[in-house]
Amino acid sequence: MKITRRAEFSASHSCAIQSLPAEENRAIYGDAANPHGHGHNYLLEVTMEGTPDPVTGMVMDLKKLKEVMEEEVVTPMDHRFLNHEVPPFDRVVPTAENLAMEIWRRLEPRLRTSNARLDSVRIHETEDLWVEYRGEGRS
Amino acid sequence: MVRIGKRYHFSASHRLHSAALSADENRDVYGKCNNPYGHGHDYVLEVVVRGAPDAVTGLVVPLKQLDEYVKREVISEFDHKYMNEEIEAFRHLPPTTENVAAVIREKLARGWRAAFPSSASLDSVKIFETRRNMVELRGEMEGQN
Repeated sequence: MKITRRAEFSASHSCAIQSLPAEENRAIYGDAANPHGHGHNYLLEVTMEGTPDPVTGMVMDLKKLKEVMEEEVVTPMDHRFLNHEVPPFDRVVPTAENLAMEIWRRLEPRLRTSNARLDSVRIHETEDLWVEYRGEGRS
Repeated sequence: MVRIGKRYHFSASHRLHSAALSADENRDVYGKCNNPYGHGHDYVLEVVVRGAPDAVTGLVVPLKQLDEYVKREVISEFDHKYMNEEIEAFRHLPPTTENVAAVIREKLARGWRAAFPSSASLDSVKIFETRRNMVELRGEMEGQN
């Protein structure tokens, strides 16, 4: 059974490869390459998969899930400029793809329980764009 | 592997009618959608691409390139059109949401391999006809390999 919890955070980013000239970055990333950055209201969906505990009836303690999402994602990223304030985005381009994978890396070790595991991390950058990561080798 | 979903919008009209059925049968099967003058929807097309993000750019597919491709192959042909009359595939095929999804998937799959890096595959295509009904096509797509 799968259970999904959402969280929102607002952050700015700039998508550009430092070693490339501005016009090449613009060709790859379009407006997102603006060096001053721009922002999004990100919507994060974290899905756990497991079997409901026979006693509690829960796949996952949602309070616990909320706390982990707050600590690992919302607190460090909300109202931040990702490139300047949230490692590894000082070195890694904060595309939605890389952001989804980084969020997975932060959450996964803290969401292993006896009856559930992290299934997917989906990040909506806008209403028209989402990215989903389900871990190495899964799609 | 990462999946990335991008939504596109187009408005089009259609009439659901099958030449293989009588007038009464068409009315029975399609209801209001069989009205002879047609009617329209604001369609939402969600294109899902699957792949490993490029090690340098961090992108599964450059969105600018995806946007241009979907606009050229689909949106420019469908937006503000009467599908039954103006889109070749629907001259003899009722433009149900199922068939619209299949025709769009075929259009996207046809030139996909030439347009995108080998690491990015077309994963699935979703069409929302209204906020309340949606068709999704997944699985192997011809022309991709």
